[in-house]
Amino acid sequence: MAITSEIESNQALLARVARRRRRQHVEQNVVTWLLRTAALISILTTVGIVIILVAQSAGFFAEVSVWEFLTGTEWAPLFSPQKFGVLSLVGGTLLVASIAGVVSLTLGLGAAIFLSEYAPERLRRVLKPILEVLAGIPTVVYGYFALTFVTPILQSIFGQDQVIVFNALSAGLVMGLMIMPMVSTLSEDAMVAVPRSLRDAAYALGATRFEVSTKVVIPAALSGIVASFILGVSRAVGETMIVKIAAGATPNLTLNPLESIQAMTAYIVQVSLGETPQGSLEYKTIFAVGLLLFVMTLAMNIVGRWVISRFRQQYD
Amino acid sequence: MTKQAAPKSNRQRLHAVRVLRDRVFVTGFVLAIVIGILGLAALLFDVLIDGLPSLNWNFLSNYASRKAEQSGILAPLAGTVWIVGMTALMTIPIGVGTAIYLEEFASKSRFNRIIELNIANLAGVPSVIYGLLGLAVFVQFLFNGSRNVTAGALTMTLLILPIVVIASQEAIKAVPSSYRDAAYAMGANKWQVVKAVVLPQALPGMMSGIILALSRAIGESAPILIISSLVWVTFVPTSPDSKFTVLPLQIFTWISQPQHAFRGIAAAGIIVLLVVLLSMNGVAIWIRSKYQSRPEQ
Repeated sequence: MAITSEIESNQALLARVARRRRRQHVEQNVVTWLLRTAALISILTTVGIVIILVAQSAGFFAEVSVWEFLTGTEWAPLFSPQKFGVLSLVGGTLLVASIAGVVSLTLGLGAAIFLSEYAPERLRRVLKPILEVLAGIPTVVYGYFALTFVTPILQSIFGQDQVIVFNALSAGLVMGLMIMPMVSTLSEDAMVAVPRSLRDAAYALGATRFEVSTKVVIPAALSGIVASFILGVSRAVGETMIVKIAAGATPNLTLNPLESIQAMTAYIVQVSLGETPQGSLEYKTIFAVGLLLFVMTLAMNIVGRWVISRFRQQYD
Repeated sequence: MTKQAAPKSNRQRLHAVRVLRDRVFVTGFVLAIVIGILGLAALLFDVLIDGLPSLNWNFLSNYASRKAEQSGILAPLAGTVWIVGMTALMTIPIGVGTAIYLEEFASKSRFNRIIELNIANLAGVPSVIYGLLGLAVFVQFLFNGSRNVTAGALTMTLLILPIVVIASQEAIKAVPSSYRDAAYAMGANKWQVVKAVVLPQALPGMMSGIILALSRAIGESAPILIISSLVWVTFVPTSPDSKFTVLPLQIFTWISQPQHAFRGIAAAGIIVLLVVLLSMNGVAIWIRSKYQSRPEQ
C-alpha cells in the first residue's frame, strides 16, 4: 500500500516535470518566433524604402526620361516650362559635402592623431566627450548657427555684396564641424588598433612622434581613415536641415561656394512643405530625387565598409 | 678636424629640423581639437545670447503665435513627448528583440548575415528618406492622408531601430559566455538563459543605447517635416490620431520667419531642446559609467 502510493506520487512528479518541460519548450518556440518577426521588420523597412522610391519614381520617369533627369543642368519643376535636370541639385549637394569633407577630414584627422599619439590618457578622457557633444547636437541647431553666426562672419570677411545670405560655404563649414567627431572617432579607433610594437620599432630608430604618426601609424590605419572620410561625406550628402536653413533654395550648378544653391535634401523638404497636390508630377519628383539620394549614400556606405574589411591589416 | 665636425653639425641641424617639424605639427593637431571645441563654444554662446532674453515661463506655457513676444512652445513640447513616448514603446521591444534574436538565437546562416548587413545599411540611410517612406506608407496608405502622431512615431521607430539594435547587440556581446554556460549546465534552455542571465546583465548597456537613440529621435526634424507639414499647431495632441508638431520643427518654423523678432524665440526653443538632449545624454553616460565595472572574464 505504502509502496504503491510512493510509486504513484513519483509518477505524478515525473508527469509534472514532463509537463513543465513541454511548457518551457512551447514558450521557447513562441519566443523564437516572436524574435524572428522583430528581426524581419528591418528587412521590411529596406524593402519598403526601395518599393516606395521605385514605384513613385516610375510615374515620374514615365513622363521625364532618365537621360534628361540625369544629364540636364537646369532644375525648375515648379515653373513652366518645366526643367528636370537633377545635376544642379546634385552639384549643390556635392559642393556643400566637399566643403564639409575637407573641414571634417582636416579637423577630424588632426584631432585623431593628437588623441591617439600625443595626448596623455587623462587629457584624452576629457577631450573626447567634449568633441562627442558636437555629434549629439540636432541639425536644426547647426542650421541656426550657420545662418546667424557663420554667415555674418563670412560676409564681413568677403564683403556683404560677395556673400549671399544663403550660401554653400556657411552650410559646408558648419556641416564639417558636425561630422568632425565621427571622422575623428573612427580614425582614432583605427589608429589605436595599430600595435604598440610597430611604434616602438620606429622610436628605437630615433623617429620623432610626428614621424611615427605619419610614417607608421597613418599608413597602417589608412583603411579606417579612408572609410571614416567616406562615411562622413555620405552623412553630409544626406544631411537636410543645415542645407535647408543656410544654403538656400536656388538650384544652381556652380563651383562658387559664396553663391546660393539648393541641395537634393533641401528640395525634397521644400516640396513637402508646399501645397503640391499628391500624385502630381511635381510631387513625384521628390521620390525621384530621393531615389537618387538613396542610391548615392548607399553606394558610399557600402564602399566605406568594404574599404574597412578589405584593407584592414591583421596584426597578431 | 673640421672635416669630421661638419657632418656632425649637419646631422645636428637635421635633428633640430625634425624636432621643430614635430613641434609645429603637434601645434596643428592641437589646433584641430581647439577649433572643434571653439566651434562648440561659439554655437552655445550664439544660442544663449540670442535666446536667454526670450526664455521665461510664458514661453514654456504659451502656444505658438503670430506675434513673437507671445509665442511659446507648449504644443511642440507636448508633441515631442508624444512622439518620444510612442517611439519608445515600439522601438524598445522590436529593437531589443532583434538584437536578442541575432546574438542568441540565430545561427550564422546566410539569411541572418543578410539581416545584419541590412541593419548596418539602414543606419546609413538619410533621415529625409525615412520621411518619404513615412509619408507614402503611414500617412497616405495607412492613415488615409491624416498627418497624425502615430504616423510620426512609426517613422521615428524605423529611423532609430538600427541604432537600438546595434547598441543592444554590443551590450549582449559584452556578457561573458561563462555566465551562459553556467546556466546551461544547470539545464536551462535558451530562452531561460536569455531571460535570467543575459538580459539582466546587458540591461544597463541597452538602456544607455536606447536613451541615446531616443535623443536622436527628439532632435530629428527632416522626417517629421515631411510627415507633418503643418507648422502652426496651437493645441496639445490629445490622442494618437491628433495632428502635432515637435520642438525642432517649431524651431525651424521660427528660423524661417522673415521677421527678426522670431530669431530670439527660435534660439530660446533651441536652449530648451539642448537642455533636454544634454540631460538625456548625461543620464546615458551616467548609466554606462555606473555599471561599467565589468565582471572579470
